[in-house]
Amino acid sequence: MASLKELRNRIASVKATQKITKAMQMVAAAKLRRAQEAAEAGRPYANRMDRVMASLGAKVGMDEGAPRLLAGTGKSDVHLLLVATAERGLCGGFNSNIAKLATKDISKLLAKGKQVKILCVGRKGYDVLKRDHASRMVEGSPIDFKSIKRIGFTQAEQVGRKILSMFDEGEFDVCTLYYSEFKTVVEQIPTAQPLIPVKIGDETGEPGANGAIGAEAAYEYEPGEAEILDDLLPRNVMTQIFRALQENAASEQGARMSSMDNATRNAGDMIDRLTLEYNRSRQAQITSELIEIISGAEAV
Amino acid sequence: MADLFRFELVSPERLVLAADVQGVQVPGSEGDFGILVGHAPVMTSIRPGILEVTTRSGKLKKFYIRGGFAEANPDKLVVLAQQSIDVEELNKSDLLQEIRDLEEDVTDASNDEQRTKAQFALDRLKELESVLAL
Repeated sequence: MASLKELRNRIASVKATQKITKAMQMVAAAKLRRAQEAAEAGRPYANRMDRVMASLGAKVGMDEGAPRLLAGTGKSDVHLLLVATAERGLCGGFNSNIAKLATKDISKLLAKGKQVKILCVGRKGYDVLKRDHASRMVEGSPIDFKSIKRIGFTQAEQVGRKILSMFDEGEFDVCTLYYSEFKTVVEQIPTAQPLIPVKIGDETGEPGANGAIGAEAAYEYEPGEAEILDDLLPRNVMTQIFRALQENAASEQGARMSSMDNATRNAGDMIDRLTLEYNRSRQAQITSELIEIISGAEAV
Repeated sequence: MADLFRFELVSPERLVLAADVQGVQVPGSEGDFGILVGHAPVMTSIRPGILEVTTRSGKLKKFYIRGGFAEANPDKLVVLAQQSIDVEELNKSDLLQEIRDLEEDVTDASNDEQRTKAQFALDRLKELESVLAL
């Protein structure tokens, strides 16, 4: 049995840990609210963008002349995986879930004989993925936003520009974005979203649901549809990345909050157990000392 | 009073303005144009410039917008702008000060990355200044 001093030290250290996890939980809760608000505030933009993309894409069509960002390169040999994770750990399964999904897809793609490239946003996913796939990492990975407190559109632009320049140089054919969708505080869903070529179709919802589809046919485009689409497609890529980063930020804080809540509770349980053990062994020691004294007195 | 229509100005970070307004002046890439209620459906990209909103009460509100497009319906106008700044929140002397600071940053930058970054920001601000001076 551990000595009393050891037990005392352990109780003290678990208490200190509990204080830290408690503080982290509260910080995460505060940050979560902000991240959630930001994610919600960004939704109107992304939704409208989707709608416009859908109506424009349907008009321009997938024929020969369609922009490559929309129609793809016609091949799917080289896949780029854009894996967005957090910069920090201690947030439960958040980072590893995204990495796991990406790893699964990587092995699937490799089994099909495709070439895979990986670009990481955020240190944590990079640390996991580079163990098995160091040679597949794209130069400049991970893009790291550690010094940035709040993800803004500029960061998404930075990532987007890199992706687009790689695409222009023909370094990949298909790009998929991995991030964690924020459902609730305790539920985050790792998601893979096709980024290039743009997926168009189901975003519009049911035709005629808002009565806009009929009217959209009569739109006048200025300058031309193709020019607007050219301007819009890169913007759309950045918007998608921005949305993913925001969802990620909210998910990360949610995951951290619930995992730190668990940790705090576990620490509480552990303190209870250790305290009980401490009291018991102290009592045992007192009893044995008493027995020694009594039996010593009797012997005299 | 003129008829009202729904106007929404949306930036990636947030919904900047959503209100019923009398009219909006939009800096389109092919030239400025005014939109009133009942406008024919049109979609256009925008150039960096000032967007003028005539609100319900007839007051004029100005926004600097950059990068994006406008979508007009007979009863609705949606402007998606990558960046939008309320002109009232801008201050000429602050802006000039910031431009000077950035110019210094460009000359003092220790490496290429920093210089490009500062130059980029500087170009943006100069663009903004030139538009405001109009």
